[in-house]
Amino acid sequence: MSMSDILVALLHVSKGFVKGRETIDIFERLDLTIPTKDFVAVMGPSGSGKTTLLNLLGGIDRPDGGEIHIAGTRIDTLSEGDLARWRAANIGFVFQFYNLMPMLTAAQNVELPLLLTNLHSAERRKHVETALKIVNLADRAKHYPREMSGGQQQRVAIARAIVSDPKLLLCDEPTGDLDRHSADEILGMLSILNRELGKTIVMVTHDPAAARYARRILHLDKGHFVEKELAA
Amino acid sequence: MNDFVLIRKNLFRKKLRAVLMIVSILIAFAIFGVLAAFERAFNSGETVAEDDRLVVVNKINFTQPMPVAYFNRVRAIEGVRLATYANWFGGYFQDPKNFLIAFAVEPETYLQVVDSDYVITPEMREAFLRERTGVLVGDAVAKKWGWKVGDRVPIGSSIFSQKNGSRSWDMTIVGIFGKRKPQADTNRMFFHYDYLNETRSFGNDKIGWLVLQTTSPDVNDRVAKAIDRSFANSSYETATDTEKAFNKAFVAQLGNIALIVQLVVGAAFVTILLIVGNTMVMAVRERTREIGVLKTLGFSGGRVLRLILGETVLLAFIGGVPGIALAALAIINLRQSLTNFVPGLTLEPSILAIALILMIGLGVATGLAPAIHAFRLKIADAMGRG
Repeated sequence: MSMSDILVALLHVSKGFVKGRETIDIFERLDLTIPTKDFVAVMGPSGSGKTTLLNLLGGIDRPDGGEIHIAGTRIDTLSEGDLARWRAANIGFVFQFYNLMPMLTAAQNVELPLLLTNLHSAERRKHVETALKIVNLADRAKHYPREMSGGQQQRVAIARAIVSDPKLLLCDEPTGDLDRHSADEILGMLSILNRELGKTIVMVTHDPAAARYARRILHLDKGHFVEKELAA
Repeated sequence: MNDFVLIRKNLFRKKLRAVLMIVSILIAFAIFGVLAAFERAFNSGETVAEDDRLVVVNKINFTQPMPVAYFNRVRAIEGVRLATYANWFGGYFQDPKNFLIAFAVEPETYLQVVDSDYVITPEMREAFLRERTGVLVGDAVAKKWGWKVGDRVPIGSSIFSQKNGSRSWDMTIVGIFGKRKPQADTNRMFFHYDYLNETRSFGNDKIGWLVLQTTSPDVNDRVAKAIDRSFANSSYETATDTEKAFNKAFVAQLGNIALIVQLVVGAAFVTILLIVGNTMVMAVRERTREIGVLKTLGFSGGRVLRLILGETVLLAFIGGVPGIALAALAIINLRQSLTNFVPGLTLEPSILAIALILMIGLGVATGLAPAIHAFRLKIADAMGRG
């Protein structure tokens, strides 16, 4: 694997939290590389640092030590403003509880990240239509979140995550709030995004069935990765 | 979609809450507009007053008379360039309810003194000086009663009566004047003092006040003192002051209008500031997670701050603009019925400008605390992650 194939590189990353008088170390000199077009499922017990890992990859949190390189940019040294701009251009987030804006329609929710670009209104509309088509919700563009099922809302959230064509999708328990059928639908969609559109995906999950959609599964245990298996 | 749509959608996500806030702001700006217009109208005499004009009244108070003989004595005092006198007539048309602001004046000198306030043509002046029963009428009065030049109108007095017992004086309209200064009031009329003095049954050879122009505002103080000194220890002692101070003192009899306006408007705005500010703090707190999502998507702290401030400023405008419009409507309706008591009642452009500044100020003041909170909010805290 050449350097140009690596999208994510964590080098000796340390992270801890202060709780009262105690400092709890989550990671100590953690290393991780994720190649472009990979689909990684991160599993592990509660408190193992799965969400902290996503926060670090998304530039939401900063490490106490080490370096984080994503798509050729060292993000742990960026200012808040630069980090926000970098996030808008490179990262798509999918949350467990969809986190759509209730007062905006599906199309307006999907358009939100594009407000940070220089695209004109017509171009933005085109991008939104494409993203909604990818998640099979073109006919729901004018519907509000309250008018949609949980699975449909999560598909809108995926459309919002991919609309600005980010390099990396970070999914935090994307099926945690869905029934099996809707969960399979969402996971199938993520799989298509990875295999057909070449999106690199890091997905945190508790669900082994969900993890099986990934190319590989990483188990976080006491701040270290254990690679369990490779998906077919 | 753009930031404005996002602001608007956020503002109206809870319609009842938004409407209640808008109504409270609307009421505050309507109160502000009406009170500010009244304050300006009451104080317009102060702005229309010339710096070199002095007013001489009876020292007891301005409702007490003075001898007309004072006119010539005042004119002789050094520093007095021009002097005139007038008497309040307590006029009305047909019925005492139809109150008129009418002054019996010394025709020649009075027109000279008020020349900078009103447009009085040479033809009007000549006709007025020639006709003993002539009256010059402001265009506001003429419009109200449909009078025109040449009309002969009976003007009643609620103070004086004629020697024959009549309370009405026939007068001929010899001119209708307009204003030279925007603040000047044309809701008034002037007629010959001699006509009143020779026919009235009491108060003969007495006048209400003297108005004089000095050679320069610098000598005002010296001239005022000289006048009051020359009538000291007489039966009719005088009090001389600048026209500005006189007008101000006149308005002060109604109370400190400016203070009343400031207190009422201030109380209304502080209350609204607390209500809207508190509501916005709660509204933003309810949206903590959404702010986290926006920041996760790449919205900077500054942009989130602008979105929230935009929301409160928009709220202030949506409430404030109709509030001021309501005030304008009320002023238009009140102007007609209060024309005799509060002439010049109008919503001046300067009041509108202050209202706009207040709207922006209210919006910023109510939105600042929640906006700063949102600006500082860490994504991990907002999303409950970490």
